[in-house]
Amino acid sequence: MSLLNDLINLDLSDTTEKIIAEYIWIGGSGMDLRSKARTLPGPVSDPSKLPKWNYDGSSTNQAPGDDSEVILYPQAIFKDPFRKGNNILVMCDAYTPAGEPIPTNKRFNAAKIFSHPDVVAEEPWYGIEQEYTLLQKDTKWPLGWPVGGFPGPQGPYYCGVGADKSFGRDIVDSHYKACLYAGVNISGINGEVMPGQWEFQVGPTVGISSGDQIWIARYILERITEIAGVVLSFDPKPIPGDWNGAGAHTNYSTKSMRNDGGIDVIKKAIEKLGLRHKEHIAAYGEGNERRLTGRHETADINTFSWGVANRGASIRVGRDTEKDGKGYFEDRRPASNMDPYVVTSMIAETTILWKP
Amino acid sequence: MAHILAPSTQWQMRVPKSSTFGSPIATKMWSSLFLKQNMHGAAKATGKFRVLALQSDNSTVNRVEQLLNMDVTPYTDKIIAEYIWIGGSGIDTRSKSRTLAKPVEHPSELPKWNYDGSSTGQAPGDDSEVILYPQAIFKDPFRGGNNILVICDTYTPAGEPIPTNKRHKAAEIFSNKKVVDEVPWFGIEQEYTLLQQNVKWPLGWPVGGYPGPQGPYYCGAGADKSFGRDISDAHYKACLYAGINISGTNGEVMPGQWEYQVGPSVGIEAGDHIWCSRYILERITEQAGVVLSLDPKPIEGDWNGAGCHTNYSTKSMREEGGFEVIKKAILNLSLRHKEHISAYGEGNERRLTGKHETASIDTFSWGVANRGCSIRVGRDTEKNGKGYLEDRRPASNMDPYVVTGLLAETTLLYEPTLEAEALAAQKIALKV
Repeated sequence: MSLLNDLINLDLSDTTEKIIAEYIWIGGSGMDLRSKARTLPGPVSDPSKLPKWNYDGSSTNQAPGDDSEVILYPQAIFKDPFRKGNNILVMCDAYTPAGEPIPTNKRFNAAKIFSHPDVVAEEPWYGIEQEYTLLQKDTKWPLGWPVGGFPGPQGPYYCGVGADKSFGRDIVDSHYKACLYAGVNISGINGEVMPGQWEFQVGPTVGISSGDQIWIARYILERITEIAGVVLSFDPKPIPGDWNGAGAHTNYSTKSMRNDGGIDVIKKAIEKLGLRHKEHIAAYGEGNERRLTGRHETADINTFSWGVANRGASIRVGRDTEKDGKGYFEDRRPASNMDPYVVTSMIAETTILWKP
Repeated sequence: MAHILAPSTQWQMRVPKSSTFGSPIATKMWSSLFLKQNMHGAAKATGKFRVLALQSDNSTVNRVEQLLNMDVTPYTDKIIAEYIWIGGSGIDTRSKSRTLAKPVEHPSELPKWNYDGSSTGQAPGDDSEVILYPQAIFKDPFRGGNNILVICDTYTPAGEPIPTNKRHKAAEIFSNKKVVDEVPWFGIEQEYTLLQQNVKWPLGWPVGGYPGPQGPYYCGAGADKSFGRDISDAHYKACLYAGINISGTNGEVMPGQWEYQVGPSVGIEAGDHIWCSRYILERITEQAGVVLSLDPKPIEGDWNGAGCHTNYSTKSMREEGGFEVIKKAILNLSLRHKEHISAYGEGNERRLTGKHETASIDTFSWGVANRGCSIRVGRDTEKNGKGYLEDRRPASNMDPYVVTGLLAETTLLYEPTLEAEALAAQKIALKV
């Protein structure tokens, strides 16, 4: 055992210049992460210096067997918290050999929106609150829940402490440090209302970086749960009944919203979002209708609403923002299994580019 | 209570800029905890999984531990601050963390924050924000490095303390000039019980039965007399690391019950240190798979309850002629017995029966070296003519902000009428 430990933790920088790069991409379901590693001759810090690569798309439902190559374009680099040293994680997106983004590649379209001059000028910031549930392996019942039964009702678990209230903190805490090490802009964590459910926040990040960082944070989280022998679930309503769902509330602001008089810009933006409620909802995650019921701190999926400090609304504006006359707002509709490239770019598109 | 050390003014504590290792809770310490736990048949996680500290079957190397103990200071200036507050029941601690750009030394450098009060019974859903004001900083014994724990109290967005915020009023009392001049010291003896997970029966007790009667357990050693020492010892070191003024620990009379003492602390610090030490204790029991109980009478019958005796002295009590000042203070306390008792912890009537080293809840009494009284004065204090008094009435689930504030208020700010004083003096046989 200790020999394996020593080998995994070997610091290669004394013996070779070579580094290991783990290329990561999103698979055919739009939610599954895939990765494989390759050796590079020396340390790299600029994604454009990394070679393109390819993988077998027929094994991930992304290409037919007789024309199976899908090309990986490296887009963002992070330090590898598992291999350490100069080794890296590389967030990629997927293209046909002809250079067209494949259907599951949502980053391409988002990058286009974020490079539009109007959007660039507004410097859109995002803070994403990613919720997730930990499940026991084999039974797929939430961590800490008695198999064949239920824990006591919700109440004591939100930000709770203690062996009867908090399940899986080691995963959450190691994820926090791993993300800080990797260079992900993780801003906080907390235990959630449903026992076995947790949340981490990433932000503020600008434009396309938000999507990259959330996907890398999700990858690191799934690698950690793999080590811990626990199953990670991004399902928006893992347990039906009187148990909270899991969301990915997206906090958003533009330069105009952060400056004086921003509150009016915010109100206009919220109005526009209200006019495109159906389009947004359709892009905010599969199965969200099981979660957005109007109960358990959600707004009903069919109704668009907003309010100050109101956790039962579609959009919530914080008291500080109201008081200062500028700030940001929180879109509470996205589900935990949303694609951050889609959600962030759609919010920017609707509020900055779209003219009703 | 343990020996008297100079109280630390903890707000002056400086968090060192660098550390040479990650978490001070070494891997070895935790694995010995798990060994002990198996021996007592304590934490049995559901299915095959140890729910809390994870060791899975399909990884041959425990890499989660390495990540948990990683020292990130070589890679980033950022630190993690765990904001801690008291929830809606008045006894539940809650916490969440946030990243800060660089290390911080004084609470005034920390940003205010907010949380969802509708999830802790402290605000309605349509107006749910409760604001956190950072009040005290401690080093984080779980994350190591420059990471910190922050004790906060809670306010409405308009700046009013919410009803469960007892610190605000205590801080007011402790900034009253009369109180400041008297430099009130507190030494608090926090008792607690450890329970087996899932069955909620005390640690070390046979499920479905009882251990041998009380006698061998107080300060005892041995596998048949001491249950959960690793938790008590880990807690001791963690608190010392964090900067909490922990002064001692001992096994208690009821098996599975322990005590630690914090003090001497000055004024509002006593409350901050106790709440932070309770938080650290519950984080440790969470790791160990054991349930922490602050219930004042966890098991009915011929088993001790759990208290939070509060030792107290003022400058005048500590100087020549102090014994007279102590007697006057006891007089004042006797006149406000009911007010104090109602603020000394829920369920205390199950504990203060007059048996098991307690005084009856309805009667106020005092005595030298008498553990069956409401207030006990030590033999040393009587002999030296100066010292401190011990209020034995508070329950283990008391709020230290309330109790310390009330003690200062009753003995320093409250002035009874002369007749009331005379009557009380007669009643409790005090010549003042």
